[in-house]
Amino acid sequence: MSGTFVGMPAFPAAARAAVRDTTLRGNLRHATHTIRAKRARAVAELDDWERLRQAGKRIKDHTLRHLDRYLEQLEESVTAAGGVVHWAADADEANRIVAELVRATGETEVVKVKSMATQEIALNEALEAQGIHAYETDLAELIVQLGKDRPSHILVPAIHRNRGEIRDIFTREMGAWGRPAPEGLPDTPADLADAARLHLREKFLRAKVGVSGANFMVAETGTLVVVESEGNGRMCLTLPETLISVVGIEKIVPTWQDLEVFLQTLPRSSTAERMNPYTSMWTGTTDGDGPRVFHLVLLDNGRTDTLADEVGRQALRCIRCSACLNVCPVYERAGGHAYGSVYPGPIGAILSPQLRGTGSEIDASLPYASSLCGACYEVCPVAIDIPEVLVHLRERVVEGGEAVREGSKVRLRPAKGHAAERAAMRAARWALSRPGALRAGQRLASRTRRLHPRTLPGPGRAWSGTRDLPPVPAEPFRDWWQRTRGGKDGAK
Amino acid sequence: MSGRERILGRVRRALADVPPGEDTPVVRDYLREHGERTVEETVELLAENLADYRAVVHRTDAGSLPGVVAGLLAARGASTVLVPPGLDEGWLAAAEMTRVPDEAGSTPHELDAVDSVVTACAIAVAETGTIVLDGSPDQGRRRISLIPDHHICVVRVPDQVVASVPQALERLDPARPLTWISGPSATSDIELDRVEGVHGPRTLEVVLVR
Repeated sequence: MSGTFVGMPAFPAAARAAVRDTTLRGNLRHATHTIRAKRARAVAELDDWERLRQAGKRIKDHTLRHLDRYLEQLEESVTAAGGVVHWAADADEANRIVAELVRATGETEVVKVKSMATQEIALNEALEAQGIHAYETDLAELIVQLGKDRPSHILVPAIHRNRGEIRDIFTREMGAWGRPAPEGLPDTPADLADAARLHLREKFLRAKVGVSGANFMVAETGTLVVVESEGNGRMCLTLPETLISVVGIEKIVPTWQDLEVFLQTLPRSSTAERMNPYTSMWTGTTDGDGPRVFHLVLLDNGRTDTLADEVGRQALRCIRCSACLNVCPVYERAGGHAYGSVYPGPIGAILSPQLRGTGSEIDASLPYASSLCGACYEVCPVAIDIPEVLVHLRERVVEGGEAVREGSKVRLRPAKGHAAERAAMRAARWALSRPGALRAGQRLASRTRRLHPRTLPGPGRAWSGTRDLPPVPAEPFRDWWQRTRGGKDGAK
Repeated sequence: MSGRERILGRVRRALADVPPGEDTPVVRDYLREHGERTVEETVELLAENLADYRAVVHRTDAGSLPGVVAGLLAARGASTVLVPPGLDEGWLAAAEMTRVPDEAGSTPHELDAVDSVVTACAIAVAETGTIVLDGSPDQGRRRISLIPDHHICVVRVPDQVVASVPQALERLDPARPLTWISGPSATSDIELDRVEGVHGPRTLEVVLVR
């Protein structure tokens, strides 16, 4: 995955810093609570919501279980419609393909539609290294790009910024990238949107190459779908002469009819609308309308490794709506940057360690970035059981075992740093299978309870740093039960 | 080995647990439309949902349509209007502004100087308040309904109105370039608050004509 986040501290360290930032917490709380209530209303309008959700899950599962067949079918139908299909096993390969395609046009600028896949592979940085400037045109992506910042939300990458901060970024940075922000720019969202319209207009009108992702690709027809709000997507998809779309291989749906499920569940789950303002669908190229050249780059980059895990593969059902972020109590407090990946929140906690492996400190810590409350599963429009995958990945981190990395089977070693946990579990297993020893231990604990510390020493300190140790009762439960016969006769 | 062979090989190895020949059909027990409505009520719902997302809705009949279109253009102060090649000529019969034809050779900068555009549509979806353009001659190239800041879209009711998204997809041809439009361009990128008017037409007027 992307090099953007290399060297990120593990989640607990990053989160500790983030929760001290009161502006960030205020911004996140306001935004996530606003959207939560709206989403609930939009979903409640459809009385078959649960059936749509299950249908979405079934369509995606079916696709994933026959992914090879549908990839070949998609390639055939896109090619028949006038597109050119490329395959990229990893980020470097995808970046190389895109850079070569842009260079072949002779252009040194591209306009971009917001795309998670190109964020994931750090395409902008790779193009810049080749002397090609990539301009982000989604409002939030523009805020992130101008602010030399990192995205912190799937749908609204600048969710961590409030209007005042955005106004300051526009005023300070727009001039260096093109048309400067108007003098005395106010901080109302309407004025900020207007400033973005003026700034980007000249870029759209002169653009010769557009780069996009896609929300869906239909195998039977070769149709690609981009769902958006601002019209920047339509600009990038229709005005340039060349269009390059970089799309993860899991974005396929088999049939045209399948879109009827996701076009109902995606807008309501993401922006809480009955329908987003603009949805573009294109099949190859059309004579006299839109780009004359269309390239589709199919991206693996860890997806087939994820597919190899029978429990973890359900993460590939994700349609990137970000509903799970908006309801997550951990995301709301820690913010998106702490997850060290373009995929933050609950979905990121199961996606990043699978796409990138659990080798780095941040990736090994992500499965723990959750209280397992299950709110993410409740709102997921494709019913990904995120808590199940989190627990599965925790097991993999602690115990190691077989996994697939870059297409090859590897044996993961148990993580270090879980020695105390493992020792405690071994001790518990020993004691719980020996009633005599358990009783003696419990009595000893009860008798010495006044001497117990409030926090644990040594490796246990991390655990008791945020929790009180449970008080030990004066008498073990089993002794009390024997003495009072379970509290009968009112005995205490 | 090519990227293609490598990826397909990885996919097949990853799916070693899937029994050969497995082919479970997807159960579709969701609704084809939500609620029962008469044709009239479906058109009413379309108008309501269009307006809810800040499209300006007008109703008229075929005879009064040219007057309504001319009135909207005049009220906007438009002096130029983009016209798709197959647009019913009668629709603009009463409009006096300069017509700009939709041509392959026009540059985006030229289109940016045009005030308004008038198009028909392929269908409209009541439950979501959506109009869908499919690039037919009465709708023109995708860019003409994108660059001008003012879009007037004429919907023939009730013929072009479907109730739901599933019904819409049944009537659309995937081989055509499709644009689904639900209200004017908008963004929720600042504090997750919806603001109308970013890059697409900031004013969308939908004329429902009988």
